Amino acid sequence: MNSKALALYQKDFHSEMRTRYAVNSLAMFVIVAVSVILFSIGNETITQSLTAGLFWVVIFFSAMSGLSRAFVSEEERGTTLALQLVAAPSTIFSGKLLFNLILVFCMNVVITVLYSALFDSFAVKNFALFAVSFFFGNAGLAIASTIIAAIISKAGAKGTLYPVLSFPILLPLILTSVQLTLMSFEGSTFLDAKFELAIIICYDIIMLTASYMLFDFVWKD
Amino acid sequence: MAWKIFLFILLTFVCVAGIAFPIVPVPTKWYEFPFIPGLKENAKIIFFHVPTAWLSVIAFLMSTIYSFKYLKNKNLDDDAKSYAAAQLGIIFCVLATVTGAVWAKFAWGSYWSWDPRQTSIFALLLIYGAWFALRSSIESEEKRAALSSVYSIIAFVTVPFFVFIMPRIMKGLHPGSADDTNSGPVVDFKMNANMELVFFLSLIGFTILYFWMWNIGYKSIIYKDKINKQIRG
Amino acid sequence: MSNYSLQVNNISKFFGRRLIFKDLSFEINNSGVLGVSGANGSGKSTLVKIIAGINSPSSGKIIHLNKQAEIIPEKLHHYIGFVSPYLVLYEEFSAWENLNYFAKIRGIKFNTEKISYLLEKFLLMPRKDDLIKTYSSGMKQRLKFAFALMHNPDLIILDEPTSNLDVAGKDAVYQIIEEESRTNIVIIASNEESDLSLCEKEIKLENFKPI
Repeated sequence: MNSKALALYQKDFHSEMRTRYAVNSLAMFVIVAVSVILFSIGNETITQSLTAGLFWVVIFFSAMSGLSRAFVSEEERGTTLALQLVAAPSTIFSGKLLFNLILVFCMNVVITVLYSALFDSFAVKNFALFAVSFFFGNAGLAIASTIIAAIISKAGAKGTLYPVLSFPILLPLILTSVQLTLMSFEGSTFLDAKFELAIIICYDIIMLTASYMLFDFVWKD
Repeated sequence: MAWKIFLFILLTFVCVAGIAFPIVPVPTKWYEFPFIPGLKENAKIIFFHVPTAWLSVIAFLMSTIYSFKYLKNKNLDDDAKSYAAAQLGIIFCVLATVTGAVWAKFAWGSYWSWDPRQTSIFALLLIYGAWFALRSSIESEEKRAALSSVYSIIAFVTVPFFVFIMPRIMKGLHPGSADDTNSGPVVDFKMNANMELVFFLSLIGFTILYFWMWNIGYKSIIYKDKINKQIRG
Repeated sequence: MSNYSLQVNNISKFFGRRLIFKDLSFEINNSGVLGVSGANGSGKSTLVKIIAGINSPSSGKIIHLNKQAEIIPEKLHHYIGFVSPYLVLYEEFSAWENLNYFAKIRGIKFNTEKISYLLEKFLLMPRKDDLIKTYSSGMKQRLKFAFALMHNPDLIILDEPTSNLDVAGKDAVYQIIEEESRTNIVIIASNEESDLSLCEKEIKLENFKPI
């Protein structure tokens, strides 16, 4: 991550503060999604495996509602050309990835806090395992959704296509993350979870490499 | 022309043999198939279901290879080849899913039970579906070719993960999966020689059929493009 | 003299299977003004975008040389300044903030003197802290020159440089072109007689072919 990418991130952050494109809708989306789940559960207690699944359902759909803005907002405003003129594609991807990473982390911390306050079955026994898998799961989510956001920003139908394209790509990550979250509820050790952790770290690395290599083709018209 | 007649005879033989040859406990005649515990008459699906699943994977692989080629050479013919492969791929993918589900109804009692293979083919269907949705949303040919190529490569790198994580998450019911105890015609080859012969003939026949269809498919896409261009001037 | 040279070798461009232009070759060294003209839809903008490295040609090659060394595509943006009507800057920032962020993203020092000089030249200094969304289209066009020139580019590409501009704006642009063309290469894509009269050399795009 170099200073140019950091500058792009600062620009996006400042722009977000002024326009509040992503943050407001994202925050509302999280609240709506969590309350819909709470209403549908009612007074029943749900199992831990269901809680882990519902946790990632909310994360997935919240990410889908907010993360595409990184590239779609540039494309909609026509500022893509200005960015193409001032920076190399790798800088742009790094900057946008950094923005999405931070957005995903903030969003998921909020979701985690909401879940632990509102769901009795959301009880983490092995906190270290939860934190590690949370970190790598979020990183993978941010990486994959950044490159897909770049693709859909160049395609015609923007909003509806995003979850459709992201879901098959994110499916292995989400399945593994659900598994890891469940393991942290059950108090499994790192040794028990080493296979899943290896999968999720490999996913992050492979996705990051592929995204950097392919971003040039998406970014250049 | 000769190979088309050969292909016709081959596939006719496979269809007749696959459906009509009887399954007996102890095969003695050349046309009799052995009895595989847990599969019974259902075993015959192997001659039709496995080739469709195999081709949906081959088509996906070829589509990705031509996507790579497109990004390297920027030749729209490669994109047409990739598109034609994916068109056939989704047809075979649907066929594999449907034949598998029908078979599962009789073998496992329900059409769908999220067996690792069912989940994998479902993921493949989703990838194909998303890929076609992406293509149909882009007007410009070059952009469409470039973006769909990038997407198919990204989708391709996620596929190995399914292979690793599915068996950890779901229990396998499918013949040939790791924890399958009663019947493993794919892995252990509990088939006898003539069953294997019909199986491989079927695989070869369907693969040739696929390449033939693919050839016609991509040529027709390229001709259509060229005619469109001449009409528009 | 900037010691920069641009070589365009046999480039062709297709959109899908539709031909835009074919077998275009020219070369320009060190300094001077090159004009590109042609009817609407003849591929002027496409050509300058290809030269700027934003689009890629369907075939052929473009070589940018700085002091005889070829510039790799990842570094090309350091050498190019680009102005066009379809270039859009961030509406939610002021002119000053825009230029500041672009300098940082470019990885160059924000040169206050140079920026002040450019904004002064284009009569934007009094409004430098206003948000761009309050600007008129002519003012936005003038700001783009400050955006394009702040990093001292060796190759300046101007696509319809005087669109939306009033007389004072046009004069400022012509002055800048004259100043810059003494040391750098300027390429102007336009159909305006007054723009093209500045050019030492001209390429006409017509019937898919350069004349």
